[in-house]
Amino acid sequence: MNISRREFLQMLAVASAAGVALPGQAASKASIDPHQMYELPAFGNVSFLHFTDCHAQLMPIWFREPNINIGVGSMKGHPPHLVGKNFLRYFGIEPGSPEAYAFTHLDFVEAAKKYGKVGGFSHLATLVKHLRAQRPNSLLLDGGDTWQGSATSLWTNAQDMVDATKLLGVDVMTGHWEFTFGAERVTEILENDLEGHIDFVAQNVIDNQWEEDVFKPYVIKEMNGIPTAIIGQAFPYTPIANPRWMIPDWSFGIREDKMQDTVDAAREAGAQVVIVLSHNGMDVDLKLASRVSGIDAIMGGHTHDAVPRPVEVKNAGGVTLVINSGSNGKFLSVLDFDVKNGKVRDYRYRLLPVFSNYIEADPQMARLISDVRKPYLSKLNEELGVADELLYRRGNFNGTFDQLILDAMLDVQEADIAFSPGFRWGVSVLPGEPITFEHVMTQTAITYPTATLSEVSGEQIKVILEDVADNLFNEDPYYQQGGDMVRVGGLKYAIDPTKKIGHRITDMELNGKPLSASKKYRLAGWASIEKREGTPIWEVVSRYIRDQDTVRVKALNVPRIKGPDNNPGLAEA
Amino acid sequence: MKRRSFLKGTVTSSMLGVAASAGLLTPQSVLAAWPKAAFDAKTVDGGMEAALGSSSASESGDIKIKAPDIAENGAVVPITISTNMPDVDAIAVFIEKNPVPIACSYDLGATTKGFISCRVKMGKTSDLIAVVRSGGKLYSAKKMVKVTIGGCGG
Repeated sequence: MNISRREFLQMLAVASAAGVALPGQAASKASIDPHQMYELPAFGNVSFLHFTDCHAQLMPIWFREPNINIGVGSMKGHPPHLVGKNFLRYFGIEPGSPEAYAFTHLDFVEAAKKYGKVGGFSHLATLVKHLRAQRPNSLLLDGGDTWQGSATSLWTNAQDMVDATKLLGVDVMTGHWEFTFGAERVTEILENDLEGHIDFVAQNVIDNQWEEDVFKPYVIKEMNGIPTAIIGQAFPYTPIANPRWMIPDWSFGIREDKMQDTVDAAREAGAQVVIVLSHNGMDVDLKLASRVSGIDAIMGGHTHDAVPRPVEVKNAGGVTLVINSGSNGKFLSVLDFDVKNGKVRDYRYRLLPVFSNYIEADPQMARLISDVRKPYLSKLNEELGVADELLYRRGNFNGTFDQLILDAMLDVQEADIAFSPGFRWGVSVLPGEPITFEHVMTQTAITYPTATLSEVSGEQIKVILEDVADNLFNEDPYYQQGGDMVRVGGLKYAIDPTKKIGHRITDMELNGKPLSASKKYRLAGWASIEKREGTPIWEVVSRYIRDQDTVRVKALNVPRIKGPDNNPGLAEA
Repeated sequence: MKRRSFLKGTVTSSMLGVAASAGLLTPQSVLAAWPKAAFDAKTVDGGMEAALGSSSASESGDIKIKAPDIAENGAVVPITISTNMPDVDAIAVFIEKNPVPIACSYDLGATTKGFISCRVKMGKTSDLIAVVRSGGKLYSAKKMVKVTIGGCGG
């Protein structure tokens, strides 16, 4: 069922008349009217809609973009390593505008109150229908990290997201956190649910024994008479960053040579347009685009970078567009190609923020979501406490929500030092809002959530910090894994991202004393990639928050950052 | 068919290589063919000297190393070395930071393509060095393979 443009405009009119356009909408500076933002006439004859890393956020949410996203080496100062004012300047975005709210952390609380929540599958569904009405036969691509990230996706074993993406009309997807439901469940979903509806593609996943493809490497779809190939690239380091025991027979990797072979095979099979649906992370996408030829566009995710304009990367075969479409259901990419005589001649691109207040909810999707949530409502809505300040996660180092988790770990587990993984998902909570159990789950809902406590020497702690820092700041993107730095509680340290492994972490201190290399410390953690049984982290965090009168985050433990002077990826919180 | 004939041509050396890198064979248990000196050497140069007769090799862009950028499991790292150089009669692989750098050494017959594939063990992040003997001369190429603690991704 497609809605017409007129119906859509009516919905928008109803939405604003209903007062959802909050006071202060008439900003003092010139800004784009969110209503106009979605009027996007089709261009050319081949179109793609792309969202990625929604992390199972079916409901509208708050999501603060990072104020620290440091780029090292040749990545310094280039997208996606720009934050705050540097970001606005680079992309020509007006401060205070709805787009500034969507793309940066600037004045987040104030802007959030002004422009409202973002994302939500029922709003996304309306927007998809609207854009597809303008672009008949366009393809909807899902970059993965769709099945994981919420309480309901964990409790329904990903079924809620599988059903929601089918209803949304996703045509092709690839994966990363999907694999943390285990090989058996992934295979079951592909056979029982996706077959005939959604193509799950990944050229870089092979079985360990025979090195054969586990998934279809690519599919060819015809759009307005033009054969178009979508090649899948799953997250290359899934068995390293996540538990290998959950997918013991599958091997991943970037597989650049195989990517070139796959592009060539797709072209040979008649594809006039080749898209890579990637979960590499943007830095890896940019390097790959410079070394593989014949790809028209890489539509990527994983690093949660919302980049308003494609990066045009030159390579032996011409130019490849690199696009990354943000996270948490906050954005929808629209890429239009004009294809003539078998070649892409021109393009138009927009990364649309999904402002929930400006887009009417799709009734069918809203019903699906409400049905999914109904059995769990009392659990989801439990108010554990009230946020004293803005809680957020995203950024290279500790966010305030991480700090709350670390405070809880140190307190409940009676640890000296706490480590919490540098995941890039997890929603924000505004000051004064109740922190619900659902909020805690957006930070912690994984299939290996056990809270751990171990005795670890100072030397081992240094090795771990160096290892994780290298996965984030290695000058060669192919050696990065795309998470942020492990969040650290108790321990203070300094970091120089520009140094090599073994030399980045210095000045480690605990309670004002230097960390001893040989002494053992009580280290709390969670999300171990080894099999561990015990209390899940969300119980530790919930217990702690329930016990506080007001939830006050202790001092935000961001390391002292050395080295990158004037890095455009670094701004004040 | 191709795969089978390839296996037939190289099965002896290949099995030796895999078994040795997996630590399944001890020098004493292997027949005279065992290159004892190469597996006693604690440096890449020493290993090359013992296995290939010289430690001097010129860098070559004609050697292709297929190996992961980051190992999924340091205990079994799948690698492939291939080259189009003429008259290749030996290919050896060294892991610079392993206690015993030589991982495997293959003697290839006159009709064999310059291609080997095996799994090697890596204790930590290291350069992987492939050495090819072509026309009596040694050529090399290297690639860094990272071994990481893992976790925390995403």
